[in-house]
Amino acid sequence: MQWESVIGLEIHTQLATKSKIFSGAATAFGAEPNTQACAVDLGLPGVLPVLNKQAVRMAIKFGLAVGAQVAPRSVFARKNYFYPDLPKGYQISQYELPVVAQGKMEIELDDGSTKVIGITRAHLEEDAGKSLHEDFHDMTGIDLNRAGTPLLEIVSEPDMRSAKEAVAYMKKIHSLVRYLEICDGNMQEGSFRCDANVSVRPVGHAKLGTRTELKNINSFRFVERAINVEITRQIDLLENGGRVVQETRLYDATKNETRAMRSKEEAMDYRYFPDPDLLPLVINTQDIEAARQSLPELPAAKKRRFMREFELKDYDAALLTADRDVANYFETVVRLAGEPKLAANWIISELSGRLNKEDKLIQQCPISAELLAGMLQRLAKGAITGKMAKDIFDAMWNGEGDADTIITKRGLKPTDSAAVEKIIDHLIAQNPAQVEQYRAGKDKVLGFFVGQVMKASQGKADPAQVNSLLLEKLKK
Amino acid sequence: MTLDAETVKKIARLARLKIDDQAIAGYSKNLTNILQLVEQMNAVSTDQVEPMAHPLDASQRLREDRVTEVNQREQFQSVAPQVQDGLYLVPKVIE
Repeated sequence: MQWESVIGLEIHTQLATKSKIFSGAATAFGAEPNTQACAVDLGLPGVLPVLNKQAVRMAIKFGLAVGAQVAPRSVFARKNYFYPDLPKGYQISQYELPVVAQGKMEIELDDGSTKVIGITRAHLEEDAGKSLHEDFHDMTGIDLNRAGTPLLEIVSEPDMRSAKEAVAYMKKIHSLVRYLEICDGNMQEGSFRCDANVSVRPVGHAKLGTRTELKNINSFRFVERAINVEITRQIDLLENGGRVVQETRLYDATKNETRAMRSKEEAMDYRYFPDPDLLPLVINTQDIEAARQSLPELPAAKKRRFMREFELKDYDAALLTADRDVANYFETVVRLAGEPKLAANWIISELSGRLNKEDKLIQQCPISAELLAGMLQRLAKGAITGKMAKDIFDAMWNGEGDADTIITKRGLKPTDSAAVEKIIDHLIAQNPAQVEQYRAGKDKVLGFFVGQVMKASQGKADPAQVNSLLLEKLKK
Repeated sequence: MTLDAETVKKIARLARLKIDDQAIAGYSKNLTNILQLVEQMNAVSTDQVEPMAHPLDASQRLREDRVTEVNQREQFQSVAPQVQDGLYLVPKVIE
């Protein structure tokens, strides 16, 4: 039987506020345990939550950026469950009336087509603390610094049909929240987390299959893998006469498998009800207009502009605009050096390749946009060869200064045309057989001559110049 | 609607409450009475009434995003039954 998989994602983004969603405690990552957990976060008797204005603004910005409705009135609810890292015994969240509803996000598929993924809702809620299960002699250690950190939970429609589509959507949301500067997107630190709802059904059936929920998958690669193994597991189960049970499952990256996390009798009943400690959140049109004014140029618009303004290809423009910092880096280089296509090539291949290899972000790049621009200017003018440019790139990466300093220090300069001509004349005189072959129509022999010239010039000749001089001289 | 003994036990488990077996019959009776009151209220037609999220006719006041709390860990942990390395210790929760 042919199966179709159906996937929906719940993405939790930690909002980049300074203080918590309902208290004045700091949200900085990496502080000593429990030093940023105040009386409100601990749920001590008598405390009251007061909503953070900035968290609301951020939610509005997100809503506008995905073309959603920003609710003029939304309500906070208590989601009740017991776990030691949730001191109050409930999480303040939004249930029936979320702050953002019905948006959409366009993703690009491998075949170049696009698809619109519906965003059901996005709601504000507080994060829980962290439980540490190791090293405490059969006890669990609780750090409540994270408790009360603002989250925007972004819930998609079950519109995705493969793990690839799910990852494409997740990357788009990741890119967007970083553009909006509402979330730092740091997946290692848990600022951007994802749960996936996965089900399968026979192709052509309208009715959805029973779904399972994969919890807390913290990298793009793992999302793809986790969804794929879960799809395979469900299909195997169904083809062998089994049934999929609705449950929460955990992905184990080392074993590349999913396993049930909670048994059915422990299934949660969250008993949501409006939180009497919080009044309805009212957002008026002025708030929405102010947020609209503060929106930056968004990835899709920036991509279109790059294609128009710099004549970049769709694919290159998409790569350069996926991350706001990369886009800014590119624009700085182009402002200083011109040469948008050359800049795009160098950033996409050399620079991104090196950053990936050393697991660095563009903000940590040892070569500033100014340095790269300086080198590209020399290259564009023909003052250095492509080979030299790569050497200079390496040297700049290792902190040896700007292009001109390196050029002077290393005495880099393309062999001038007179010297190249001399080498060519010499080679022609010494290799009459090859010259004959070439003149008899064996074009491949040109490669031999180019190689010999480069060798004789110790790689300092400009290959383009060598080519044209050779063509000219061999014709005679 | 009546709440039977099984449901009472399940609710107690969700609420992490330890209850005496002998007390279950009493809880069942009392909770059933409460539910009957709710049923009575449910019978009232509310089609024309907008659901209310809060009894006060007011909206949420917002605070500026400023850090106003200082570290008071020592004071908070002085009343905790067990702490280690700045962490609160609780009975192991993972299976």
